[in-house]
Amino acid sequence: MTSETVEIGSVPATGPIRLTAAHYLRCLEGVVRREWLRFLSQRGRFFSALVRPLVWLGIFAAGFRFTLGVSIIPPYETYVPYEVYVVPGLAAMVQMFNAMQSALSMVWDREMGSMRVLLTSPLPRWYLLTAKLLASVVVSVLQVYAFLAIALFWDVEAPWWGYLTVLPALILAGMMLGACGLLLSSTIRQLENFAGVMNFVIFPMFFASSALYPLWRVKESNLWLWYICELNPFTHAVELIRFALYGEVSWSAALVVVGFLIVFMVLAVIGYDPARGLVARRGGSE
Amino acid sequence: MGSVDRKDILAPQPTAVSESVSPALEIVGLSHSYGSRTALSDVSFTVSPGDFTVLLGLNGAGKSTLYALITRLYAHRSGTIRVFGAAIDRDPATALARMGIVFQQPTLDLDLSVEQNLRYHAALHGLPRAVTEARIVEELARVEMSDRRRDKTRQLSGGQRRRVEIARALMHRPRLLLLDEPTVGLDVAGRQFLLQHVRKLCRDQGLAVLWATHLIDEVGDDARVIVLHKGKILADGSVPEINAAQGTPSIRAAFDRLVQHGEPSQ
Repeated sequence: MTSETVEIGSVPATGPIRLTAAHYLRCLEGVVRREWLRFLSQRGRFFSALVRPLVWLGIFAAGFRFTLGVSIIPPYETYVPYEVYVVPGLAAMVQMFNAMQSALSMVWDREMGSMRVLLTSPLPRWYLLTAKLLASVVVSVLQVYAFLAIALFWDVEAPWWGYLTVLPALILAGMMLGACGLLLSSTIRQLENFAGVMNFVIFPMFFASSALYPLWRVKESNLWLWYICELNPFTHAVELIRFALYGEVSWSAALVVVGFLIVFMVLAVIGYDPARGLVARRGGSE
Repeated sequence: MGSVDRKDILAPQPTAVSESVSPALEIVGLSHSYGSRTALSDVSFTVSPGDFTVLLGLNGAGKSTLYALITRLYAHRSGTIRVFGAAIDRDPATALARMGIVFQQPTLDLDLSVEQNLRYHAALHGLPRAVTEARIVEELARVEMSDRRRDKTRQLSGGQRRRVEIARALMHRPRLLLLDEPTVGLDVAGRQFLLQHVRKLCRDQGLAVLWATHLIDEVGDDARVIVLHKGKILADGSVPEINAAQGTPSIRAAFDRLVQHGEPSQ
């Protein structure tokens, strides 16, 4: 092995090329920058990402607050209006939609072929997927902060430090939901199947969770549904965000979210593995 | 760079293993199937530095599968693929760092500008910022697209987009350039520009080029041709060699003859 460090910028004709930490960092930066630029150029996406939770907050919550009394449950120390209860769930919803949007664009990219640009980078595939994941999390976290800012108009105000402590929760929840999206994107064959994702993933995950109603209420009405809610990773993403917004940590939620993050990510990497993955078995279009 | 001996460009000989320089691309006994459908069967050939090699085959011949395997979109299960000596399955980083790829489908990000697309690619290869900026200037000048640098790629014509894709493929200075049906959808002028540009790269920089096409008129009189049909290689040699072997006056006639006789009869 030669002693000189081979800079990939000037590819030599022979000898192995070793990738350094600098290569990895530049790649991550480039993938995040691209996601950000795309986000900026798609203003409609940002707009709808904000309008969606605001419809729930401004219309659904206003109507629902009189039919559902929320008792005092942690992390709240007093009776809270329904709007206050529902905001963490809507924040998680913003992240879920962003994750599914990223997954959708990955399926699109794959069908259109531009995914190959990413996958033919010399960096390992698991790293490329992780970079992609982090890039989408950056966008989703910013969307949530924009939503939280507008929620102030509905008098939904967390203590000021809550807006800091919620950040790690949003990153974790965003990564878990993003990894779920990545996994889906590796298994979905075609774009048109994405409507199915709405029906079979987004809606059940959202409604069978603690986003819209506290789970003790669900338990009272239907024990089986309660079990499902408890098993739903989205529930734990919501609770992680809810506690963090008030400066508290729900360790059980954090543990579940991290667990699902690892499982989803490992499966997604396998899905994209050229030797084993579904992408490989599927066969090409000539 | 650029001091590559081109004596064998017209009549490529089998590269001696003992030579210090490995072939740019070496494929040995490569087969691939999707389920029960065989896409490639026992494909072997080499491309040397400075070679302009045309991979000629009808649609469905297996060209795209071959490219997907070389670029490690799919893993191959039998046979060997080496890029300058680096096996794609053992050391994909080294192999991928040395190859530039122009895909059959358009792969530019239409929401981004020309330079943003190039920067993204450079980042995927881990290029430092200063190198990236210098190469953007250089590569865009080479394909005569410098004035469109800040335009969204959506505003470009098909031919211009292809030129940007070639510039992009060369950003990390690969030694092997793979192009999969690069002229599909282009007008005559666009095709001419592309073909001449890539041949010039080959000549001036000793770049090894594998140019897949189904258009026989893209095969120059001096080109080296590999005929792929139904997943098998039917001929490999220079145009005069293939014509001599088939007893045909033109590569078109030779191709027709090969394809007719090459039908698996069993």
